[in-house]
Amino acid sequence: MPDQDPDHNHDDDDVGEHRDHDAPLSDVELRVRTLESLLVDKGLVDPAALDAIIDTYETRVGPRNGARIVARAWVDPDFRLRLLADGTAAAAEHGYEGRQTEKLVVLENTPRVHNLVVCTLCSCYPWAVLGLPPIWYKSAPYRARAVIDPRGVLNELGAGVPDDREVRVWDSTAEIRYMVLPERPAGTEAMSEAELTGLVTRDSMIGVAVAQAPAGAG
Amino acid sequence: MNGLHDLGGMHGFGPVVIEPDEPPFHHPWERRAFAITLAAGYLGEWNIDQSRAMRERLPASEYFDTSYYELWLYGLERLLDARGLVLNEERAARRQDPTVPVARVDRVHVLAARDVERAFGTARAARTDDDVEARHRVGDRVLTQTINPVGHTRLPRYTRGKRGLVTVDHGVWIFADSMGNDLGPDPQHVYNVRFEARELWGDGARAGDAVYVDLWDDHLEPA
Repeated sequence: MPDQDPDHNHDDDDVGEHRDHDAPLSDVELRVRTLESLLVDKGLVDPAALDAIIDTYETRVGPRNGARIVARAWVDPDFRLRLLADGTAAAAEHGYEGRQTEKLVVLENTPRVHNLVVCTLCSCYPWAVLGLPPIWYKSAPYRARAVIDPRGVLNELGAGVPDDREVRVWDSTAEIRYMVLPERPAGTEAMSEAELTGLVTRDSMIGVAVAQAPAGAG
Repeated sequence: MNGLHDLGGMHGFGPVVIEPDEPPFHHPWERRAFAITLAAGYLGEWNIDQSRAMRERLPASEYFDTSYYELWLYGLERLLDARGLVLNEERAARRQDPTVPVARVDRVHVLAARDVERAFGTARAARTDDDVEARHRVGDRVLTQTINPVGHTRLPRYTRGKRGLVTVDHGVWIFADSMGNDLGPDPQHVYNVRFEARELWGDGARAGDAVYVDLWDDHLEPA
């Protein structure tokens, strides 16, 4: 399943219908097309609903949601407290709630504690605030190593944690979902909430990166 | 089951590689596999635990050659066949001849486009209102079960037979290990349990580091 080779599924022995550019459909493409057409013809799925689902996760729900929450927490101490006390309710204040985020717990990274989120058993991820998980999060290397060697993973990814800082790994085994509140970068005191949102990367909210430094800093 | 999906603590997979500016989907078929899986889920014929359990049945020898959404497709094909909604024979016939007709199936819970926003904006799925007594309390020391079930479990191998500390009582939820094995919801408390890294991995781990795992009452006994 950690397939990262885009050509992996294009088996040459599986020639079916032809697309515009004459490439044969791969086995998996044929399977998906077959199953979708059967589900639609049987009336088990509504084709318009499929388009709406795809649109939701391609254009509307993504890590910008989480970034807005983080930036708000950086500028609004009361919101930060609400977010850490009840992540589900605080995210819902922004309208971010829904599937795969039944209970949201937000973990604050500090100079003493670094939090890192994983799902060793599958790919559990807080969709409502971060969108769909990236391939690396679902991949064998991350799922295998995050729990046994979090410091090694963080070092490799350029987010090494000092020895005196505790590392806490959160394995998403039930329906509770986790998001990291990264530390606010130094030199951002004068920045607006909207500008701060631009510093908050997806990976910093999973705990494998720090929030970006402001341009010109450092 | 002790399957390859249960990856925590394994070695030999190499570095974590992050793709810059990764799109949500890498091939058009991934969009379709994603959407039909989610839409079919609203038929109400299975829940997410049963979905995960089915994906875990992919033969071990195929696991690492199967991409993420291919695994979803595998699970969906199997669930639809098991529920009698889209039979394997029907898929084979349609694949040979896309014009082969099929009869419509009457189902009440077909997700309509106008309901997508509301359905996907609704979080509630696994938490229940059942009045079930908690068998453990925050601050309790607990010992996890030593089990090796052939069916579905959310107790990862690396946490079995280990001692931890209950840090949060998350309330009452459907028990994945029961639901995933088609044995009903068996609602019970879920707790967050802190395991010291050295308890899990031995003295090579840094003292003070920890792994936090959400587990159900049945996974735990007093330590």
